[in-house]
Amino acid sequence: MSASLPDTAPASPGEDTPQRRFPTAPLFLSAPAALLFAALVLTPLFLTALLSFNQFEYATGRTGGFTLEHYLAVVTDEYYLEIFLRTFRISALATAICVVIGVPEAYILSRMTNPWRSIFLLVILAPLLVSVVVRAFGWSMLLGPEGPVNGALIALGIGRMKLLYSEGTVVVALVHVMLPFMVIPVWTSLQKLDPAVEQAALSFGASRATAIVRVVAPQILPGILSGSLIVFGLSASAFAIPGLLGGRRLKMVATVVYDQYLSDLNWPMGAAVAVILLAANLIIMLTYHRMVEGHYRRRLG
Amino acid sequence: MSFLELKNITKRYGPLTAVGDVSLSVEKGEFVSLLGPSGCGKTTTLQMIAGFVEPSAGTIRLDGRDITRAKANSRGLGIVFQSYALFPHMTVFDNVSFGLEMQRVPKGERKPRVEEALSLVHLSPYAKRYPRELSGGQRQRVALARALVIRPPVLLLDEPLSNLDAKLREAMQFELREIQRKVGTTTVMVTHDQAEAFSISDRVVVMEAGRITQIDQPYRIYEHPETEFISRFVGKTNLLPGKVATATGAGATVSLAGIAVPVENAGLSVGETVTLCIRPEKLHLTAPSNGLLTGRVADRFFLGSQWLYHIDGPLGTIMVVTPNDGSTPAEQGAPVGLEWSPSVVRVHRGAMAEAPDVALEVTG
Repeated sequence: MSASLPDTAPASPGEDTPQRRFPTAPLFLSAPAALLFAALVLTPLFLTALLSFNQFEYATGRTGGFTLEHYLAVVTDEYYLEIFLRTFRISALATAICVVIGVPEAYILSRMTNPWRSIFLLVILAPLLVSVVVRAFGWSMLLGPEGPVNGALIALGIGRMKLLYSEGTVVVALVHVMLPFMVIPVWTSLQKLDPAVEQAALSFGASRATAIVRVVAPQILPGILSGSLIVFGLSASAFAIPGLLGGRRLKMVATVVYDQYLSDLNWPMGAAVAVILLAANLIIMLTYHRMVEGHYRRRLG
Repeated sequence: MSFLELKNITKRYGPLTAVGDVSLSVEKGEFVSLLGPSGCGKTTTLQMIAGFVEPSAGTIRLDGRDITRAKANSRGLGIVFQSYALFPHMTVFDNVSFGLEMQRVPKGERKPRVEEALSLVHLSPYAKRYPRELSGGQRQRVALARALVIRPPVLLLDEPLSNLDAKLREAMQFELREIQRKVGTTTVMVTHDQAEAFSISDRVVVMEAGRITQIDQPYRIYEHPETEFISRFVGKTNLLPGKVATATGAGATVSLAGIAVPVENAGLSVGETVTLCIRPEKLHLTAPSNGLLTGRVADRFFLGSQWLYHIDGPLGTIMVVTPNDGSTPAEQGAPVGLEWSPSVVRVHRGAMAEAPDVALEVTG
């Protein structure tokens, strides 16, 4: 800031000042963020990518050289394929459920008047204040063999059920954790909506449901889109939830990466899995984004 | 019985009465404007007719049917919103077609009706565009076409022209009126712009603080405002406080700070406190010796077709508007006389309520 001050201080109406100042100011202003991004995101990512091409010796644990064997191993091994498929299946399901629950939730929230709106917004955001690990243990107590849910099932005469360590449990817990990330973007796009537009639909004889489906929903699609991308991305790379509620057998990609790094000590392998997850995630999200937003760009700008 | 009838309509929000005891009858095919400053309850009244706000008391009848508690989507009224409220994700054609679709008009019949509505507002070439690809005036027309295409019994316009620039607003005023005449739809418009209300309405309803203060033809409201508030809100006016000095038969004189001014006698009694309202364009500038009042030109403003003078005299500053007939205008600082005919003076009983400069701001 102070460095650029003398530059602007003369403030003479010279013709060259605006042109001379223009290219440097944005650079200076964006430099801190760019440096932070490079140091904290790009560098580790680059190192991880480099590591994934290293050879690994089981006997000594040494890494070095160049090889594609880890990628080959992941791509050809059905064990990994199954884990990737499971990860994306669980993430897609969690995203879909978040849309189904989160969009009506955001709509109802936007229709509330103020004391209630603030209270419920806080209720929706409150889970973010509690650590994911704590919430995962909460679910495991709730669904455990001696937990209140099983207690209720026994009392009802249905009998004890194995609820923990299943895909269903992971999906439910992911939805619980991810819901705020769906509600907030949808709520934001609802805020931008002209309330008269819904009234207009009603005035032309549309039922409330028709007005929502035909008029409101298409306009908040960008919000639903960004919410879905956030939820899907976070779910696909989730670690704590599948780690604590999926158990040893139900693995997801992030837990496999963890195992490679810390159990097998095969860092290059873990790095390769992580890079593939990143690439797959990017491809899925960009395709989805293209499909949905391309459809609406001209209309909503 | 009239086509649209509001009877003792009241809307209370807690202790606040937004609309109090409003009664209004609108005939079939009539164009009625609700005119008033912001917060006077005109929009709330419109929303109650539309069905978006439920009245606390009173009844609304449309063509003999009681619609007071009917849902908005069962009333079938055409509404043009202040923000236009077009569906941004639909083309102009789909926007207009939406109402017909909701009324289950068969597909084959929809297309010609949408095309007819679009040609009525001169937008036929824009049918395939999206609202954000249109200008403000074009959006306004889409909103109008969308409201008219369903052939509503009543068309409601909520400040329809307030988002347009001055030139376009004037053009749209006349177009709106022309379209309304052609289609013959009963229309209720809400506006805070008196020029807009006057130029296109059959009747104007002036509202103040949730109540109707006068319902009349535009010309009558301007010439015979029933209250001092209306005379100030509608157009420019000079308000002069005085006392009745003499009252004999058809004539009377009012003493304004010692100057006797002749007025028409409407049951005035000597000694009564009154306020005189004189429109600036009813005053004429003459030689200082000929006038009923004398003064000095404090300021003059060139308005194109007119001159607006501020004349300082014994009664304070008086506004005078004269047509720009091409003659040389009075110079600043020049002494002038003011004259007028007694018939143009409106006499309101009672003292002046508050500082009159509010009116200048609102009417512009």
